[in-house]
Amino acid sequence: MNALRRHRALTRIWASEPGWKGWFTTVNHTDLGRMFLTVSVIFFLIGGLLAMLIRAQLASPRSAFMGAETYAQVFTMHGTIMMFLFAIPLFEGMAIYFLPKLLGTRDLAFPRLTAYGFWCYVFGGAMLIFALLAGIAPDGGWFMYPPLTSAIYSPGINTDFWLIGITFVEISAICAAVEFTVTVLRYRAPGMSLAQMPIFAWYALVTSVMILTGFPPLILGSILLELERAFGMPFFQVVQGGDSLLWQHLFWLFGHPEVYIIFLPAAGVISTILPVLARTTLLGYGWVVAAAVSLGVLSFGLWVHHMFTTGIPHMGLAFFSAASTLVAVPTAVQIFAWIGTLWKGRPRLVLPMKWLLAFFATFVIGGLTGVMVAVVPFDWQVHDTHFIVAHLHYVLIGGFVFPMLAALYYWMPQVTGRRRFFKLGETAFWLVAVGFHATFLAVHWAGLLGQRRRTWTYEEGQGWEIINLVASVGGFVTAIGFALVILDIFINAIVATRGARNPWGAGTLEWAMPTPPAAYNFASLIEVRGRNPLHDDPDLGVRIARGEGYLGDPERGARETLMVDVSTGQPAQIVTFPGNTALPIVMAAVTGCAFLAMLLKLYWLVPLAVAGVAALVMRWIWVQRPRHPARHLDAGRGLTLPVSGWVIDPPGWWGSVFLLVADATLFGSLLFGYAFLWTVAPNWPPPAWLIAEGWGVTLAAAGILLAPAGARLAARRAMAGLALALTGAALISLAAAGLLAAANPAAHAFDATVTVIGGYILLHAGITALAALYCAVLTIRMPDPPPGPFRILRLWTDYAAIAALIGLSAAWLPGAVA
Amino acid sequence: MTGLRFRFVVLSGAALALGGCDAALSSLDPAGPAAEVIAQLWWVMLAGGTIIFLMVMTLLALSFRRGNEPRGPDGAAGERLWIAGLGLGFSITVLAALLGYALFVGERLLPRSAPDVVAVSAEARQWAWSFTYTDAPGRVTQDVLHIPAGRPVDVSITSADVVHSFWVPRLAGKLDAIPGHTNVLRIEAATPGDYAGVGAEYNGPGYLGQVFTVRAHDEQGWQAFLAGGTP
Repeated sequence: MNALRRHRALTRIWASEPGWKGWFTTVNHTDLGRMFLTVSVIFFLIGGLLAMLIRAQLASPRSAFMGAETYAQVFTMHGTIMMFLFAIPLFEGMAIYFLPKLLGTRDLAFPRLTAYGFWCYVFGGAMLIFALLAGIAPDGGWFMYPPLTSAIYSPGINTDFWLIGITFVEISAICAAVEFTVTVLRYRAPGMSLAQMPIFAWYALVTSVMILTGFPPLILGSILLELERAFGMPFFQVVQGGDSLLWQHLFWLFGHPEVYIIFLPAAGVISTILPVLARTTLLGYGWVVAAAVSLGVLSFGLWVHHMFTTGIPHMGLAFFSAASTLVAVPTAVQIFAWIGTLWKGRPRLVLPMKWLLAFFATFVIGGLTGVMVAVVPFDWQVHDTHFIVAHLHYVLIGGFVFPMLAALYYWMPQVTGRRRFFKLGETAFWLVAVGFHATFLAVHWAGLLGQRRRTWTYEEGQGWEIINLVASVGGFVTAIGFALVILDIFINAIVATRGARNPWGAGTLEWAMPTPPAAYNFASLIEVRGRNPLHDDPDLGVRIARGEGYLGDPERGARETLMVDVSTGQPAQIVTFPGNTALPIVMAAVTGCAFLAMLLKLYWLVPLAVAGVAALVMRWIWVQRPRHPARHLDAGRGLTLPVSGWVIDPPGWWGSVFLLVADATLFGSLLFGYAFLWTVAPNWPPPAWLIAEGWGVTLAAAGILLAPAGARLAARRAMAGLALALTGAALISLAAAGLLAAANPAAHAFDATVTVIGGYILLHAGITALAALYCAVLTIRMPDPPPGPFRILRLWTDYAAIAALIGLSAAWLPGAVA
Repeated sequence: MTGLRFRFVVLSGAALALGGCDAALSSLDPAGPAAEVIAQLWWVMLAGGTIIFLMVMTLLALSFRRGNEPRGPDGAAGERLWIAGLGLGFSITVLAALLGYALFVGERLLPRSAPDVVAVSAEARQWAWSFTYTDAPGRVTQDVLHIPAGRPVDVSITSADVVHSFWVPRLAGKLDAIPGHTNVLRIEAATPGDYAGVGAEYNGPGYLGQVFTVRAHDEQGWQAFLAGGTP
């Protein structure tokens, strides 16, 4: 089979449906990556438009352009859109598009999940944009502090749009993080060990794990605040044992890692493209990986530096101040590793490099002001002033947007297969770089002179007029620059001439393919023996196209790729991916119904929609069961490998493990909230603890023992084991239901917390039951069922039992001891 | 100390000249010891930050010198210089020094007990402040806080509704007013006069107008206030 016939055969297998229909049924990462990137740029434009409204309003004192209420919606939505609908999704889109190409594989671990995440993002984002257009957008600031956002002070639907819409969007972040983690660990080119991974993969791995552990506190916080608003469960009401500080802790437990979740992908981009543009390799690869990992870890230890003015005890202040300055060390390691890379190479001053230089100039200033605000006394002065506004824009635009623009110009030839012809980009660069610094250098000074953030206007005579005028002019220059960037990309994507395949002389695998890339990425999966395979062998692309790697023979007509050993990268299994399907968009729509029903207070609809999602999940798994009886398949080049559907750790098991990491973090955050309220909130202990009934304890103990035992037995004697697991789940559910019945959730924060714990246990008992039922159906329909689903059942059952044990103990022990 | 203070006056004067205004809310125009040490901290950090920024930019610019020979070391030597030396050694040294200085400044801002401390309370609500006085029980003032000049004042801050923040930039940093909690902030005005204060945590549509005044009296005026006068 020659290269062209192989290309045609593979394209037939991997292509999405032609025309507009393809958008809704594609599960291909190249398509979805482009869709993700496009939508996130649209949100960037909307957020940018809001920024211009803000700068227009502040350009002069006593401006009559907007009133206080409108301004509140505008600044809240500007922050919300830029953080949740632009920055994180842009990283997701980029990683969706590039990760498999950099890693030398054909798609992400869970293609349908990519599509599901995308549609959740689009639908959730659309809810927020609708609120903006209808004039009922959130207006409490992007970090939504209660009690201002509680039902008493914000009775409208505005806040609900934020809590429900953002939580909906967050599903896409969790989905993406799960599949990036599994993809980096198990879907790589054959022979690519962890130490040989392209550096971006390390950053993506760290970022993904941070999303899995950083987003759940916010998701929990949003659930709690929405429960308070909808049902009066007083988590943040001090009179009934709640505490508004709990929200601040949960929010910043998310919010600070979030900053690094945004910065690390950009750092990954820099570590990838800077060495190429300097015609060398990255200095200190191991150090840079270590720096990225330690940034990820440290970023969870400094959320309190957003709360230095809330009256934290002094020892706490000193600790968090030290931690916050410490985080500058791994950042400095990376900055100097990059400068050292430039010194040992021969840097080229091309457009992506110019954006990298803009990054250095901007981000170093943002980092230095970051160290300044980590110093508690100084933070007491500038907190909630325009100094902080300036600092965070230096970090986020300098540390994220500029590197992403470098990435854009660097990878455009890969995405479009074209050479840049019109040079609008250079003009745009200068407009953005100069305009940005004019705006935000000035804004620092306004903050020092006492201008508070989020004030909708100001009086003359305080020294703010010139600063704000300069900032507004700079802002509009920046905006024109960004408009030119988009025009530049658009024109060059359409009319420019076709370019060479690897214009920068890069060594990574995304350039070892025809551009624009084919739906299958690589015609065969070739053995990799270094970090820069394309430098080692410039003809690698040709050899891949000739089918000299594994799975180069598409005779089985299925979308196949390799799963490799986690550390060595040796081929381990053959995976068959699902084809085009509308299941993801349908499931996202039904999920959206559940969120919309909560928003519109049509609570009867919520269980129906949840049941719909559960049914679709069952179908989702069912259609992916192994259809072919063969346990082993030919991978080409004389290698026979097990089929992933028949092994004990199929992709679904790996996905479950990392989904459970996020799930456990959510539960851990709930327990943290419980302990926090108990120890810090003023009106504790509650009027009455919950007293455990003997029958409840007995049911719970029996369930907690039976369910895991049943899941284990099921591996050998399917039906008996499944019946036992199902019984265990039912007993746990009964005990949890007893908990729910005994608590009066609107009375005190203790009861409210116990109610959420009960609901959480109930949910996981339900998941266990569904998994057991699925395994039962599988056993009936397949005489010799694959072992994977049973292992996955065990995982979820064990988790449900542990959660029940911890949750019920936490609910009952205070009553038993007191 | 006088020399230092003189330098601040000059520097803050320069800052004001830049703005060209009376700057009632300027943290760079301190009128009390807490605001002053913080302003000093800012100028020191600004100077240090500028030096570091220029150093990094110079290193960056030098890497673009023309020529075909690499200008910097590769491999282990490169890692020693750039990562161990600059990335770890340099940054840890600077940060440790800064942290020590910050802790020293932080210590000076603590509300320590002293014989001449005056205790007052501030309660925030949407969108106003009311103040009460330990030395004048029953006395409540709206949006004007009376204090004696030249004496440390501990303000016990709390909230009746949402989260607010108490901030008099020329006297001290800010501290939040949180329902159910009381936070204590030490302020002091060096000389008698009126000092502008604002709520500094977004708290709804009336946020802009949530302003108050701290009126520092001389000893005589303070006694008159405590005795029930309305100065």
